[in-house]
Amino acid sequence: MKAVYFAWVRERIGLAEEEIAPPDSVKTVGQLVDWLAARGDGYAVAFASRKSVRAALDKTHVNAQTPIAAAREIAFFPPMTGG
Amino acid sequence: MVAPTVRVQVEDFDVAAEEALLTRGRRDIGAVVAFTGLCRDEDGALAALELEHYPGMAEEEIARVAGTALARWPLAGLTIIHRYGKISPGDRIVLTLVAARHRAEAFSAAEFMMDYLKTRAPFWKKTHRVDGAQGDWIEAKAEDEAAAARWATKSSDPAQ
Repeated sequence: MKAVYFAWVRERIGLAEEEIAPPDSVKTVGQLVDWLAARGDGYAVAFASRKSVRAALDKTHVNAQTPIAAAREIAFFPPMTGG
Repeated sequence: MVAPTVRVQVEDFDVAAEEALLTRGRRDIGAVVAFTGLCRDEDGALAALELEHYPGMAEEEIARVAGTALARWPLAGLTIIHRYGKISPGDRIVLTLVAARHRAEAFSAAEFMMDYLKTRAPFWKKTHRVDGAQGDWIEAKAEDEAAAARWATKSSDPAQ
């Protein structure tokens, strides 16, 4: 699946997007965050405060308990500050 | 069935022209409420804002919020324009136009739209400072969450 990152999540990871292939044991958004956070220092910093990172599956807001299922794209970003 | 107009763009917008488009040929509209969000200079400290967005989701999420507003109030028309990219103090960032038969629903729906946009539309603002120091990402405010939360009702929570 494709992972996309925005704002300081993007800056801390050092990538705007990438293809990821989590193992089958990763079922939920929260488990994917745990898996990503273990990939390296940038990821660990980006996901250090789990509460501060929001997620969207296929461009719809989701929470940590949401199953990833067959989603094609997952996005991680800070709380939004538009308007 | 009212179809909202949603645009996410780099370019500036013309408030009067957008209002004219929204009300063109209509004789049933009694009220248009316009909200324009501008870039503040933060007492001279801010050189510019850089607005990042999530292409695709930004439009979809604004349209979802607009759909919730249309389901909740009897509106005659809705236009939302949100800019991204580099924006200087004094420049326009966002426009919400709500047309209705009467002012009460137009005011309420416009405030609802802005409260929800702030917390749900995927945009992020980074500051560029006049003194050249490293700017930072603006942090979401708890009062913005509270402003959005007050619209939630037991029977129709728009966040669901």
